[in-house]
Formats: sequence, C-alpha cells, structure tokens
Amino acid sequence: MRNGWSPYLGGFLTGLLLVVSVVVTQKFLGKPHYLGTSTAYVRVGGLLEKAFSKAPEPLTYYQKYRPRVDWKVTLVFFGVPLGAFLAAVKNREFNLHLIPERWKESFGERPFLRVLTSFLGGFLIVYGARLAGGCPSGHGLSGMSQLSLSGFITVAGFFIGGIPLALILYRRRR
Amino acid sequence: MELILGFLTGLFWGYIFQRARILRFEKHIGLLTLKDLTILKFLLTGVIVGSFGVNLLAHFGVIDYAVKPTHALANMLGGVIYGLGWALLGYCPGTTGGALAEGALDGLAGLLGGVFGAIVFAHTYDFWRVHVLPVGALGKVTIPSLLGVSPVLVGLIFSLMLLLFCVFLEKKGL
Repeated sequence: MRNGWSPYLGGFLTGLLLVVSVVVTQKFLGKPHYLGTSTAYVRVGGLLEKAFSKAPEPLTYYQKYRPRVDWKVTLVFFGVPLGAFLAAVKNREFNLHLIPERWKESFGERPFLRVLTSFLGGFLIVYGARLAGGCPSGHGLSGMSQLSLSGFITVAGFFIGGIPLALILYRRRR
Repeated sequence: MELILGFLTGLFWGYIFQRARILRFEKHIGLLTLKDLTILKFLLTGVIVGSFGVNLLAHFGVIDYAVKPTHALANMLGGVIYGLGWALLGYCPGTTGGALAEGALDGLAGLLGGVFGAIVFAHTYDFWRVHVLPVGALGKVTIPSLLGVSPVLVGLIFSLMLLLFCVFLEKKGL
C-alpha cells in the first residue's frame, strides 16, 4: 500500500481499539472508558490554573472534572504523540514544518497568520467540544457506536459549522 | 494502572492515526471542502466496528454503556463552534498532538489554544449550564431507546447501513 494505510484499515483498527479499550477498562478500572479526548484539555487547563493561582476559586466545572492527570491526559498528551512519532520516524515521514502545504496554497507564506489561526482554531474546537460534551472521538466514534442521540446531533453540528467556513476559507488557490 | 492503560491506548491510536493519514491538515480540509473523504471513511469504519462490537458485548453483559446525555441545543451549538475551529485549525483535539509529533509545528499553537479554550470554558460554564444546557435536555437517550427497539438489533442495522455507504463511496470512486 503506497503512502500509508487505507482509511478503512485504520478505521477498522480504531473500532477494535475502542471495543478492546472498553472491555479492558471495564475489567481493570471498574467502569468503561470510551475513547474521547477533549476533557484531557480541561484537566490540563485546571492543573495549570492550580499551579499559577494561589487560591483557585472552586469553579463548578473543575468540581465536575477535577484537575488531575487521568486516563485521557496520558492518552492525548503522551500516548498519541509518541505513537505518531514512532510511526513517522519508522516510515521516514517525520517532516518539520510550520505551515501546511494546503494552507500555503490559499494564504501563502504567512507564519504569523498561521500561528494565529491555529491558536484560534484550537481554542474553538475545545471550547465547542466542551459545550457539546465531546469531540469526534467522544461523540463521533464512541457516541455514535453507542447509538447515542447526542452523538448524532453533535456530529451534524461539526459539519454544519465546518463545511461552509472551509469552503469560503480555502476556495482561493494561488 | 489507569495512566498506563491510557498511555498504551494512545500509543496504538497515534500509530494508527499516522499510518492512515488522519494527522494531516490536507485530509481534514479535504473533507470539509468535500474533496477527500479519507477522514470520513476512517470515522465511519471505526463506528461500523464499534457499533457492532459495543452493542453486542453490552447485550451479553460484558460491558456497560457510557451514554452522554443529550442537551440538544448545547450539542448543536457546541458542534457548530467546533466546526468553525476545525476549518481554521485543520486538526482535531485527539490528533493535534500527533500532528505536532509528525513535525507540524502549527499543532503546538493548536494545543495551546485548546488548553486556553478549556480554561475559558471552565470559567463560562455556569452561563451555559443555566441558559443553554436545559434546552432540549432529554437525558441519556439513544436511538434504540427512542424507537423502543433492542440496541443490538439497531447497532447491527446501523453497522450494515454504514458498510453499504462505504461500498457505495468506493463504487463511485469517491
């Protein structure tokens, strides 16, 4: 298979990973952990706030998601990056760059603008995911697999927001 | 134990993400501009396996569900905000760290934006909790619970429908 795996193989393995992970966590941790990522950002944000403020106000949200290193923090901030790094190095695909080629085609070499849009985009995906209660992993993969109504509504929202803006932003090619 | 399991799950997932091209900006923008369905095929195949596996194992009492409650307005609004950020960033909360590990330095700005987004959400949560979360709050409903049909049956039918959709995509060369 030239140029990596088929998305069907990757998706199949991800589905297996979800099922195995739920079985294993149910058995060893007492309750099932479905794949999801966005609460990891809340834990890390809470830890940072705790570290930098002397008397953190007891926010309702941090009572719901206590600032601590949990299953998802090690998954999102350590496991995924290391796995991706190993895969990239092993297949000689590690490629240091700041601006993605496709972005350059529409906006050119503007590093500051790219950093700004990335930061803003990162802000919005996590803010939106927390409002919706999950991201494409939590609501998409895990939610739709459980046939949860919230998963279907949220995933529809992802595309309702994303497709029009992307069509406008990336319409122009240099 | 919890932290090691999360780390290992992430390690496998990151490897899969990298090999299936799910970390690439081009692929995310390709989906949102309806030019490249790699990410969609990946997600749907994950759900095909997940829906079949999760509902079958839950049916036999091997695992429990962890259904996210439906807050229709928050799900949709959060989903749309997420979608806007997705079009700007070109990665998602689970894959941004992996993209960075593959060499995409703009991922770092995305991660920082994400943590900042989580902190700001924690500080604005009470507003959403009072004004938006109650709208369309239906509890932990699923498609089978709404239809009054057995989850394992709906899960199987849903998996088959998605499978047929993927076959259709391939037949059309999409």
